[in-house]
Amino acid sequence: MALQSLDIVRRSATTTPSPQAREAHAGEVAKLIDVTKCIGCKACQVACMEWNDLRDEIGSCTGHYDNPADLSEHSWTLMRFSEHETAAGDLEWLIRKDGCMHCADPGCLKACPAPGAIVQYANGIVDFHEENCIGCGYCVTGCPFNVPRISKRDHKAYKCTLCSDRVAVGLEPACVKTCPTGAIVFGTKDDMKQHAAERIEDLKSRGFEHAGLYDPAGVGGTHVMYVLHHADQPQLYANLPAEPKISAMVGLWKGMSKPLALLAIAATAFAGFLHYIGIGPNEVDEDDEAAARREMEETR
Amino acid sequence: MSARKPPEIVRYRTSTRINHWIVAISFVLLALSGLALFHPSLFWLGNLFGGGTWTRILHPFIGVFMAVAFALLAFAVGGANRMERRDWQWLRGWRDVVGNHEQDLPEVGRYNAGQKLLYFLIVLCLLALLLSGIVIWRAYFSLLFPIGLVRLAAVVHAVAATVLICAIVVHVYAAIWVKGSVRAMTRGTVSPGWAWKHHHAWFRDVLRGGGRE
Ligand code: HEM
Ligand code: SF4
Repeated sequence: MALQSLDIVRRSATTTPSPQAREAHAGEVAKLIDVTKCIGCKACQVACMEWNDLRDEIGSCTGHYDNPADLSEHSWTLMRFSEHETAAGDLEWLIRKDGCMHCADPGCLKACPAPGAIVQYANGIVDFHEENCIGCGYCVTGCPFNVPRISKRDHKAYKCTLCSDRVAVGLEPACVKTCPTGAIVFGTKDDMKQHAAERIEDLKSRGFEHAGLYDPAGVGGTHVMYVLHHADQPQLYANLPAEPKISAMVGLWKGMSKPLALLAIAATAFAGFLHYIGIGPNEVDEDDEAAARREMEETR
Repeated sequence: MSARKPPEIVRYRTSTRINHWIVAISFVLLALSGLALFHPSLFWLGNLFGGGTWTRILHPFIGVFMAVAFALLAFAVGGANRMERRDWQWLRGWRDVVGNHEQDLPEVGRYNAGQKLLYFLIVLCLLALLLSGIVIWRAYFSLLFPIGLVRLAAVVHAVAATVLICAIVVHVYAAIWVKGSVRAMTRGTVSPGWAWKHHHAWFRDVLRGGGRE
């Protein structure tokens, strides 16, 4: 999804600085999804399909309202419906718009071995550049939210771009533009937090005492945030992780251990070199051959 | 000097030699393609395979191919690689080993303790690489496994690859260090003096008509 990018703060598998002369002077962006206002109409899914020219295969009913049943290379966002029975015995229909969270500390980018296949812009958007993607699926391994999907056809990774192409020219994401209830809003991250705070106050005054903002610190915060009625139990919302962070396994796999491993290989080779120079080869001389001949004759 | 050049001693059959080099070439291809994905500083190695995408596609297929070839090799030489009491003694004299003072060490059979331990290390690493490699093979298998296992397998694969590459560096260096060894894998033969000096117990076996693969 590349535009000319002079505002890249992080680039996968790259050890030198990326072009970043342009900064996000207006502040980082965020999309705020107010789950309490969502009516599950899926207009955002349609807007996403239209703007991004995506058409998923027509599936079949799997017994719930989720349609399609899961994210895919053609479905970058998806309403997930959960039925929740409150302590008072009321039924609540919790509808969460799933998709990339645009983590400040993205596990996908950390895991990616292909230079420039995943970038993070100064405004906070995490974008896949499919032309650099090699299809290994390491981003799937790295993501704490189970978001990236590898296409069965081209074996590239796809996910929500937060409409980086629209945002780059000053438009809001397609899903935001279309939402009929105003459940999805877009702006600077600071503004969105403030807006969320007002919403949460309102919800609390109406009896949702655990209403709160989902902006998980474990991944440095996210550029897609939720207002939840039950912020104390994010798992209620189709298993939204309570404390997402990049898995310790991924940290071990991608951290300092890599350069150390390369050092170990180089050191092993160097030790061999030193041995050869210092102690030298182990050679068979004439005496050894003569001794061998003697023993052969004795045996015969 | 003499017309009576001593007869060469056969160490490896042709089929074993061919298999060894199939395994060796596969290993080099696997190490290069794997390292390309291992660290950004080595991504350029992927160009040897036609770019990153081809590297990603080819690596696991070469891996499975190598695993099969190596299994045959491992069975062929496995019997002679069992550790014996004198091997532990040999290991305790490692200073004499690296210092080229073999005369002070216990007798060695077809393989010395270093070679035997290396054998087990390589078998273990390749087993770990094969199993973890299948789990992280996104195009066909990863979806069959829970994400926690895929993450673990990624670590196991990287660790086992590092250990194996170090082990093979040692293996290759040993062949350069102990002169006369390479011919065992190219021509299949060693000189009697080589066998007498480095693998005396095996040398005696051969004289008595044993010691074959
Ligand atoms: C035995 C069968 C093997 C299989 C099935 C296998 C499979 C894989 C797969 C699926 C990947 C992920 C990238 C891709 O999809 O191509 C990978 C990465 C890798 N492989 Fe293997 N492999 C095998 C053997 C080996 C061997 C023998 C070595 C080392 C000499 C090796 C070294 C590596 C390395 C260094 C990586 C990158 C790991 C990382 O990114 O941390 N592999 N392998
Ligand atoms: S949610 Fe997953 S795919 Fe999206 S930025 Fe975070 S780690 Fe990457």
